[in-house]
Amino acid sequence: MSLRSLSVGEQVALLFVIVFGVLFAATIAWTLLSLRDMPDDSKARHERFGRDLRAVWIGAVLFWLSWMSGAIGAVLLFGIVSFLALREFITLMHTRRGDHRGLLIAFFVVLPIQFAIAGGRWFDLLNVFIPVYVFLAIPVISALAGDPQRFLERNAKIQWGIMVCVYGLSHAPALLLLEFAGYDGRGAFLLFFLVVVCACAQFVQEGMSRRFRGMPAARHIDRSFSARGWIIGVAVAGIVGAALYWITPFKPFQAFVLAVVAGGAGTLGELVMRALKRDAGVASWGNARALTGAVGLLDRIAPLAFAAPIFFHLTRWYFRV
Amino acid sequence: MTRADAFGFLLAFVARLITGAQGHWKGCPPKAEQRIYFANHQSHFDWVLIWAALPHELRASTRPIAARDYWTATPLKHWITREVFHAVYVSRQRTDDQDPLEPLIEALGNGDSLVIFPEGTRSNKGEPQPFKSGLYHLAQQFPQVQLIPAWIDNVQRVMPKGEVVPVPILCTVTFGAPLARVDGEDKGAFLERAREAVVALRPSST
Repeated sequence: MSLRSLSVGEQVALLFVIVFGVLFAATIAWTLLSLRDMPDDSKARHERFGRDLRAVWIGAVLFWLSWMSGAIGAVLLFGIVSFLALREFITLMHTRRGDHRGLLIAFFVVLPIQFAIAGGRWFDLLNVFIPVYVFLAIPVISALAGDPQRFLERNAKIQWGIMVCVYGLSHAPALLLLEFAGYDGRGAFLLFFLVVVCACAQFVQEGMSRRFRGMPAARHIDRSFSARGWIIGVAVAGIVGAALYWITPFKPFQAFVLAVVAGGAGTLGELVMRALKRDAGVASWGNARALTGAVGLLDRIAPLAFAAPIFFHLTRWYFRV
Repeated sequence: MTRADAFGFLLAFVARLITGAQGHWKGCPPKAEQRIYFANHQSHFDWVLIWAALPHELRASTRPIAARDYWTATPLKHWITREVFHAVYVSRQRTDDQDPLEPLIEALGNGDSLVIFPEGTRSNKGEPQPFKSGLYHLAQQFPQVQLIPAWIDNVQRVMPKGEVVPVPILCTVTFGAPLARVDGEDKGAFLERAREAVVALRPSST
């Protein structure tokens, strides 16, 4: 029995069975390893892996729930994640009293509208609503608040938060809802493809950068990020993407190019986030020393938030869907 | 479940959604002992935040102080403070024959815990103002009640003075170790020590 002969629903179900099966295996292996004694440095690595594993679990469950619950559920779930991420972002930025109205608009007007647009499949509007309309509206509201101090800087922070946390993430449910001719009901595979290639690029880039200890590309932002590590990471993402072409509507070479672009954008997005973190003065968004008690959500969504809009736009533009 | 309980649940949920309302129990565990929590005061939201940061079981027996003239002015305000928060009402007008602390003493006599903001008024300068003497008198009369300092962080950004809709920004409430009693300490020294205990809980990063 070949994969192609399965119905769409069965293929998607198989995808989830595989994903959760792998996660189960990893978790069991991790738990067995925890029982052993180990030196401190590998213990720290073990702990870090455990945290990452938990994050992947949460991501996978979110993915499954958003698939199960259809358009409205997907939009709601990613909307909530976007809300929490934006909350975390704004917490770390220094805002002033005059920003209050602008922030209210961002949280309670822009965010719901953007996700409603995604849910309604108005993809042309999805691409321009925030970069054009909101971009112009936020400074107006800010100016009306009448506080000229650091005006540009404060507005830039709000704009940035909206772009990354709302605009970027809103493309995840949009991918689930994108309709290719002859590819109905397989949106889950597109999102899965994107997440897998981003994760591969990130993972390989980090490992390679650490192993080779090459010249860091931006020493003051990230000690380990190197050009060589990045190129290898992106190349691996491309190969994995090409190998996964059969779950997408793409041909192998198209899948390779898209995976390279998505993996590249995701890893560079992570680098930009790290720069932002340095600027805000925290080692990790979820650092216990930071006053927020944040959960480190921004760390996890950064690659997706950077890769999803580009991936989405390229796909729509090239395939005219 | 009564309507007040349901409303309380909803309110705590909204407070958590908007601020996270994380309680960091640094110096003491959240326990059902009789306590007086005292904290810095920056916003109208402070009480809701402490209340939402408390475990659910402690909420019913931990009571805020509310100004009688303001919080009984409309039926809705009265209902919320009486039924949902179980507030202790105090009158702001001083009369000669009545001790303004009397309702608080009565509540502590019943075994309830209290949350008080000893600055007396909201300050948004960052540093808390000098504490009013009420905390001292209560501590004298109820030596068995634990005095827990608390620092509420970030809340002035959630709802600046004059705004009505809160912006979602994460806040924390840090609870410290119970304030030790020192025999023979005078009022000024005690209040200064209490204030320092609150300030010491402020997270170090800016």
